[in-house]
Amino acid sequence: MAKYTLPKERAWQQYLTERDGLFRTLPRMSRREFFRSAARAAAAATVAWNGIPPHSFQLVNVAEAKETPPKFTFAYVSDSHILDKGMNHRFIRACQKAVEDVNALDPQPDFVLFGGDLAQLGKPEELTIGQGILKTLKAPVRMMVGEHDWYLDLGEKWREMFGEPTYSFDHKGVHFVVLNSVIVEDYWTEPKMTPMERMLAMAQLDNPHGRPFTVGEAQRDWLKKDLAKVSKKTPIIVFSHSPLYKYYRPWNFWTDDAEAVQQLLAPFDTVTVIHAHTHQPLTNRIKNITFHGVLSTAWPWPYAPKGLPALTVQMVRADPFNQFDGCGWGSVTALESGQVNKHYALWDRNPMDVTFERVSQGPKGEAEQAAQFKGNVSWPSY
Amino acid sequence: MGRMHRILTVTAAMAVVCGVTGLVAYGDGPQHELPAPADGHSKVVGLCDGKTSVTVPGVAPGERMDATTARKVADELMGKYDEGLQLAHGGSEHTQRETRVWEAELKRTIDEGYKWFHSNELGTNGISCDMCHPDASNTHPESYPKFQTQLKQVALLRDMINWCIENPLEGPKLAGDDPKMKALEAYILSTRKGVALEPGKH
Repeated sequence: MAKYTLPKERAWQQYLTERDGLFRTLPRMSRREFFRSAARAAAAATVAWNGIPPHSFQLVNVAEAKETPPKFTFAYVSDSHILDKGMNHRFIRACQKAVEDVNALDPQPDFVLFGGDLAQLGKPEELTIGQGILKTLKAPVRMMVGEHDWYLDLGEKWREMFGEPTYSFDHKGVHFVVLNSVIVEDYWTEPKMTPMERMLAMAQLDNPHGRPFTVGEAQRDWLKKDLAKVSKKTPIIVFSHSPLYKYYRPWNFWTDDAEAVQQLLAPFDTVTVIHAHTHQPLTNRIKNITFHGVLSTAWPWPYAPKGLPALTVQMVRADPFNQFDGCGWGSVTALESGQVNKHYALWDRNPMDVTFERVSQGPKGEAEQAAQFKGNVSWPSY
Repeated sequence: MGRMHRILTVTAAMAVVCGVTGLVAYGDGPQHELPAPADGHSKVVGLCDGKTSVTVPGVAPGERMDATTARKVADELMGKYDEGLQLAHGGSEHTQRETRVWEAELKRTIDEGYKWFHSNELGTNGISCDMCHPDASNTHPESYPKFQTQLKQVALLRDMINWCIENPLEGPKLAGDDPKMKALEAYILSTRKGVALEPGKH
């Protein structure tokens, strides 16, 4: 190897730049990244790098951390399904518990997403109780609607209390879209169902006569126009009650026009969908879109018999003797890259973290899944 | 007495548990008309076929037999039992009508169970079974009986059903022979048709 030397001044500038870079990145580097990059630096020490003899500050260049530093965090509380049966009802207490937990976060999240199904039967009393609890959150709240909120009066009370269900906003360089993805084909007008009959039909998850959720043409048109103003490099985060993909039709873990919606999101570099309704940790990736489910405060759904996305590491089945098990709240950290890390704050269990790095590694084999399982059991086992 | 009623009655009689007393004391169920004792005063024991009986000399009606005598009585009854009469109509195959009746009645009970499973009236707080168990998923009835730590005893499916009614649903528990309980069990079990029994599975 021929010995190569740069003009002294340029070498010195390069050295200073790299040294500054290292000191800036070190505090944000995880322990794992540090050791990884240290190993790489050791390997690179034998090789000329960019024509400049390797030195200790090249740790920065060699690091190549896939995980970029975090930009901001928002929390979520979802699927509280409040019933107006006295303030001691478990669903109300669980919602309050989530709010307390979010309020205890330090630092506070930038905002809190409410993921839909605030009420169980869409009644004004239920929505009012829910609104009262969410008002005690310290951080600002962004509301999203679920089918349980909507189908008693087709959203009349919701609009009055929380405004239009479909909207978008920008926050620290990320474009957020909030959808009403629980639109179903009208099956109640013809048989002259009463509002409560309609609501009860929609409330039954395993309703064999249920119609699939959709976003619908009107909203897709709105979305197209909304996204036209957004640069393809801007990170997009979509809030949706239904998953915006197809998981299990009999339980409406499903969005019928998912492909059409995904098509509208396809041109963008980084897209994440945060969805509710499924009451369980859920991870999926379809092309450029990462999908994360959120927890319910009220009760967990079992995993469906089929259709589970391969990326998902299932939480161990909830202990029926513990009313908070399998439930909780969570948070999402938006990274510099525009991708997200997802945090599930499961009550009475170890929290689950699904980082973007983990997602980009693809589905894990069975042995690794089992190992990850072990840290996530509630006690006592039954 | 219509033919249907006769078939049902005899079929029901066949279904009676073979007991040494021969008495069907279960609601309005069919009775085995026992003949008078051969010696005029001793105990008569009837078989579950509704026809066969033996007199037990030296034992008074209502008196409890010792193990040896009871064993002899049972052997004698089984000896006299005409296996050709095992079916309602002497050895021929089930008729279409019978099969339809059985399926219809079972379906009625299962549908009743489906209704209660999805009803918020089992409890008092608006919660229903299907909220945690859509399509009765995660009920695993095939794993009962099992020792349930939290109940500190061995539990049957109905014990867990009652626990759920009392706790998450905050409702009154059901008696074992409550039609709602039978219907609920019927529905839950029907969703696990073909699944191997695994009592004690945790």
